[in-house]
Amino acid sequence: MNHSELWIIILGGMAVTFLIRLSFILLIPPDRLPEWFRSGLRFVPPAVLAALIAPDLLLLDGTLHLTFANHRLVAGLIAMLVAWRTRNTWFTIGSGLLTFGLLGLL
Amino acid sequence: MSSSNREAGLFSRPGIELLGGARDQLPILLGVIPFGVIFGALAVSAGIPAFEAQSFSLFIFAGSAQFIAVSLIAEAASPFLIVLTILVVNLRHMLYSASLAPHVYHLANRWKIPLSWLLTDEAFIIASSRYRRGNIEFAHWYYLGTGLMLWAAWQLSTFLGIALGVLIPPGIGLDFALPLTFMAVILPTLTDRPAWAAACSAGFFSILLTNLPFKLDLLIPAILGIGVGLGVEMHSVRVKRANGDGA
Repeated sequence: MNHSELWIIILGGMAVTFLIRLSFILLIPPDRLPEWFRSGLRFVPPAVLAALIAPDLLLLDGTLHLTFANHRLVAGLIAMLVAWRTRNTWFTIGSGLLTFGLLGLL
Repeated sequence: MSSSNREAGLFSRPGIELLGGARDQLPILLGVIPFGVIFGALAVSAGIPAFEAQSFSLFIFAGSAQFIAVSLIAEAASPFLIVLTILVVNLRHMLYSASLAPHVYHLANRWKIPLSWLLTDEAFIIASSRYRRGNIEFAHWYYLGTGLMLWAAWQLSTFLGIALGVLIPPGIGLDFALPLTFMAVILPTLTDRPAWAAACSAGFFSILLTNLPFKLDLLIPAILGIGVGLGVEMHSVRVKRANGDGA
């Protein structure tokens, strides 16, 4: 790959990424959007977060592992309990990483 | 903005929001910094010169798109195809843009443009949890703080990866900090049955559709989850109307 091709990728990638991020914030005002679209927006964070979390906990090398041998799942469940009880991000991460580390030692 | 708000000290309201945003990004950095280091090292090992490798992080600033671009460069794919791939991988940011747009609608373009520039997965997640807490007069400073913190960490970790050119040992489990942080952040969003339905169905579809390429395994499950949330909400409104509760 030569130098100018590399810069086409960098600048082209920058342009498409920035336009996507600007799309609704700058280019399309939200009051022009239909009502159902606007009421759907509040579901973006829970849906995105769940779609990020679930594969990290439930999949090992791309296949479903719903057993105690899946250390991420066990550590994740404990962290979820801690998150629910404490509502504290550091306690949640700490308990999850600690459980994960301890299970690795067994 | 009135003159009383112009004080730019760190302990003014904007300063407190700015620092708060930066602080709340810290747990996420635990998971992000290793990715930045690995990106820098991978880019160099794919034959990309140091300055161009850093430019990917400086100008594109989108982790998964950068990783996929570098792997396509290593396979000598055409530049057009690579830019197209970056577009598809980052389409999910359109959802974030739409979700945050009502909160930043009143701001001048000199705010909207940099805030859009900083709109990554991680900035979206932390900023939207701030907007949910209300009292949002200065919340754009919080968003700016959280975005800048992530940007700076991404640049520095990319630089480290380029400079060291070595992979930090995998399997020390720090990447696991990311889903753990997301867990702490998702709970406050689960306020009612439609929100639970959106989260559960998005999680279900993310497992079902796990082999989709181009990060579509995040975008499509998220859209399906949002649709299920909307459906449950409209259904419960209809049930209430049928019971004579009014709408």
